This record gives sequence, C-alpha cells and structure tokens, in this order.
Amino acid sequence: MSATLGRRRILWRKPSILPGFAPSLTITLVWLGVIVVGPLGVMLWFTAGLGWRGFFSILAHPRVIGDLFVSLWTAFAASLVNAFFGLLVAWVLTRYRFPGRRLADALVDLPFALPTAVAGIALSTLYAPNGWIGHVLAPLRITIAFTPAGIVVAMMFVSLPFIVRTVQPVIEDLEAEQEEAAKLMGATDFDIFRRISLPAIMPALLTGFALALARCLGEYGSIIFIAGNKPMISEILPLLIVAKLDQFDYQGATAIGTLMLMVSFLLLLAINLLQAWVRRRHGG
Amino acid sequence: MAVSTQPIEAYLVNKPAREKPFPWGPALLITTALGFMALFLVLPLLIVFSEALSAGLAEYLAALDDPNVFSAIWITLIIAAIAVPANVVFGVIAAWCIARFEFSGRNLLITLIDLPFSISPVIAGLLEVLLFGLNGLLGPWLGNHNIQIIFALPGMVLATTFVTFPFVAREIIPLAQEQGNDEEEAAVTLGASGFQIFWRVSLPKLRWGLLYGVLLCNARAMGEFGAVSVVSGKIYGLTDTLSLAVESLYDSYEIQAAFAVASLLAMLALVTLVLKAALEWRHRDELHAVRRKKAAT
Repeated sequence: MSATLGRRRILWRKPSILPGFAPSLTITLVWLGVIVVGPLGVMLWFTAGLGWRGFFSILAHPRVIGDLFVSLWTAFAASLVNAFFGLLVAWVLTRYRFPGRRLADALVDLPFALPTAVAGIALSTLYAPNGWIGHVLAPLRITIAFTPAGIVVAMMFVSLPFIVRTVQPVIEDLEAEQEEAAKLMGATDFDIFRRISLPAIMPALLTGFALALARCLGEYGSIIFIAGNKPMISEILPLLIVAKLDQFDYQGATAIGTLMLMVSFLLLLAINLLQAWVRRRHGG
Repeated sequence: MAVSTQPIEAYLVNKPAREKPFPWGPALLITTALGFMALFLVLPLLIVFSEALSAGLAEYLAALDDPNVFSAIWITLIIAAIAVPANVVFGVIAAWCIARFEFSGRNLLITLIDLPFSISPVIAGLLEVLLFGLNGLLGPWLGNHNIQIIFALPGMVLATTFVTFPFVAREIIPLAQEQGNDEEEAAVTLGASGFQIFWRVSLPKLRWGLLYGVLLCNARAMGEFGAVSVVSGKIYGLTDTLSLAVESLYDSYEIQAAFAVASLLAMLALVTLVLKAALEWRHRDELHAVRRKKAAT
C-alpha cells in the first residue's frame, strides 16, 4: 500500500469501515499502561536508581547467585522431563483410542485449575518421608520432599499442561500420507516417529518448553511447601524476593526482581532463536 | 489420490489383516502415559480429600465452620468479583481493537498483553509494593490521605488483576481474528451503529470463547497465591484469601484444617475442569481454532 507509493509510513492503519478504532485503542493502551507496563516501568526505574554498582553489589551476594543457580537448574530439569512426558501424554491422547481417554484429556488441565497452594501442600504431604509416595521411596534412600528434587516435582506438576496443550494440536494436524509411505517402504514405527513426526512436532515442543520454563522459573506457591528452602541449596529466587520484602529490603527485592525479568527474557529470546533455526532446518 | 479406508497393514504381504497381533507398543505407551498422569495428577488431588476427611466428616465440617474461613471465602469472592469483570471488559475492548483492525504495532500489543504470563506472581506483588507501599512511589501521598492499598484489599485486587490480565484477552483475540469481519462490515452497510454491531453481532459471535476465558480467569483469580501473599500482609481472618488460609493453617500445623480449606479450592478446580470440558465438547470447532492459532504463534 504505502510501500508501493515509495515511502513507508512508520505508523499505518488499513482503512476500515468499522467504527471504534481510536477509542478501543486508547482504552487498551491506557489499561495496559496502568496495570502492566507502568508498574514494570516503576520497577526498572527503581533499579536504575540503584546505579550499576548498587545493582551488582546486591546481585554479587552468594545467596543470590546460589538461589539463581537453584532456580535455573531445577526449572530446566523439570521442563526437560516434562518435554518427554508431556509429548508422550499428548501423543497417546491424540493417536490412540482407549477407555477413559476423554477423562484423561480433561485431567491434563488440572494444574491450571488447581490453586498452587493446594498443589503445594498436597505434593509435600505425598512426598514427605511418611507420605503415600515418600514411604515407598524411603527404603530406597530417595528423599524428595525438602530437597531440590522436591522443587523439580512441584515444577513438573505446574508446567505439564503447557507442553501437552502446545503439542497436541500439532499432532492432530500431522498428515498421515508421509507416515503411511514410510511404513510401506518398511520403516519401523520408531523410525517413522523419529524421522517424520518428531521434526514436525519440534517447533511446537520448543514453544511448550519455553512456556513451561517461564512458568517454572516464576512459580512460588506450590514450591515453598515442598522445597525445604535452604539458601543456595533448595531455595528459589522468588522466595528470596519474598524474604527481602519481609525485611522491608525494597532495594534488594527490586534488584532481584529485575534480574529475574532479565533472565527469563534472555531464555525466551534464546528459545525463539532456536525455534527459528529448527523451522529453517526442517523447512517447516 | 485415492483414499483407502483399509488399514495400511492390509497391503503388507506378510501381515494378513485378519490375525492382527495384540498392539504391544501402543499398549506400553498408553500405560506409561496414564501411569505418569496417575502419579502426578490424580494422587495430589486424591490426597487433598483423603487428608481433609482423615478425622471424619464431623471434624471436616467443624474445620470449615470457622469465622476466619468464612472471611477467607468472602475475600476470595470479592477479589474475583472485581478482577474477572475488569479483565472481561478489557479483553473485549482489546479484541475489538486488535482483531477488527489492522495497524502497525499490533503484534507488539499482543506481546505486551501476554507479558504477565511470563512474569513471576511474586514480581507482580512486588510491583504493587513498589507503587503503593510505605516507601513506594505513591506511598507518602497515600499515607497523607489515609488510603491503604498494600496489606489491604485494593492491593490484592490489583495484584490479582495483573496476574490474570491476559486470560480473557488471549482467548478471544485469536477467536475474533479467525472469525473475520464480514458480519460486522455487513452490519455497517445496513446502517447499524457501533454499539448495535458490538451487542448484536460481535459479542454473540465471541460468547463461547469469552465464557472459556472467564472460566480460566476465575479459577486463577480465586486461587492466586504468590502475588496476593506478597501484598496481603497475611492478617489471618482479615486479609486472608482461601489460598492464604491454607498456608496459615498448614504452617501452624493444623494440617487437617488446612486440607479441609484446600478441599474447597480443589472442588472449585474440579467444577472448572468439568465446565471447561463441557464447553470444549459442545463448541469444539470454535475453541480448537483458537488453540491452533495460539500454537502457531
């Protein structure tokens, strides 16, 4: 349009006969600004007020670095395990017909619907040394509750639906022709999955992984009950923010909050780049 | 291409279609998937009710018959009653703007709306503290005018609104984009006013997606923990929501009572899941279009 005229306008709008563009855009922007962008801006402004030196002197504290490390590795572990099981669940729910499939499909969304505090006390009771699962694992010398493994379990619970629900529609849409052709040419089921289905699912799986990772990094409610909360071992960054706020250390909380924002945006950016690379490679 | 309804095995020479062996591979996959779900999803749900009823029904009801629990229910309902309608109104307006018009910066706008999804609820609470807390940006002014936002209901409502911000908008924007503008444009040419188009044409088209978004938004608003816990001050019986009451009781070793309150929230979750499944089943095509579109972005 405007490009064909030889100059591109930075702001453009396709003409429409529908009314209400200006008021709806204004309300959207104002509401977004008041609830989301404004408060985030205030946090960044407070962080800027600390100066680089102040910012880094808060972050250089061993407890902050230790907790960041705990948050990162547990979130990665939980999202990786869930990428496997989430893909399995999504595959089984879309590809096979078996009794109870609809019930199982509805149940996948339980972590979306169940409040995190409820999940937290339920998981910590299940995995405590005398709990239903804990007492089975205790003779094997495996403890999950009040260790970093407990954090991973809680993160897996809250992030499972992100992977299943992102991958499921893609599996539903897979074309049968390629798989059938491969089967006629003698490929095994596993080969067909690995060579044909998986590459097509991969971009969606990465998206699901990214969503799960973001959720795991930010999760608080379900983790604090099961984690043990020992600094640098089983304490996550969001809990450290709460601890700082309880001591009215606003500067510390702000700096760590900004750090968390930066980390999650860097991770999401990295996964977007990875995804673009996968799409290019498989021509998807 | 000719489409055959016969299974592919029928064409393979050494695999007669009639003697189909038991499908060991699929059976193994199904068992593993269901076992995983039983362990990770069903057991946590079961233990909530099992622990809540561990001392018998009388004790269960006694734990719930407590003024602090009633106040927690009340506060939870108030928060949801403000945050959910606010997000519905915003979602509908944002969907009108983003789906009905094409303009530059649309994708940026969608990204900004999605932002709260990838921000920790604890940070959501922190933001309200930085704005309205004693040492916050507006703290001194609020103090002079005797307005309390942090450690009181308004802060909890704001934090919940932040956390649930994308829930409704994210359901109906893709749906509205998928449906297109044909009906609306026809209405304009027939002389309908903006409000008539909105009430008679657009809103009915979106109603199921809207209901779906409201369902998810409500579940999150009633169950939110991290954001609310930061701004509530945790005054038991005064600013405790149901989720916070669960924590208070659990931390003071009243385990059975904690699970009794938790069972109320678990029932809310189950009702949400049933309604959601019913909606998905009845309006499969519409809602699936949304899922697909979301997965593609």
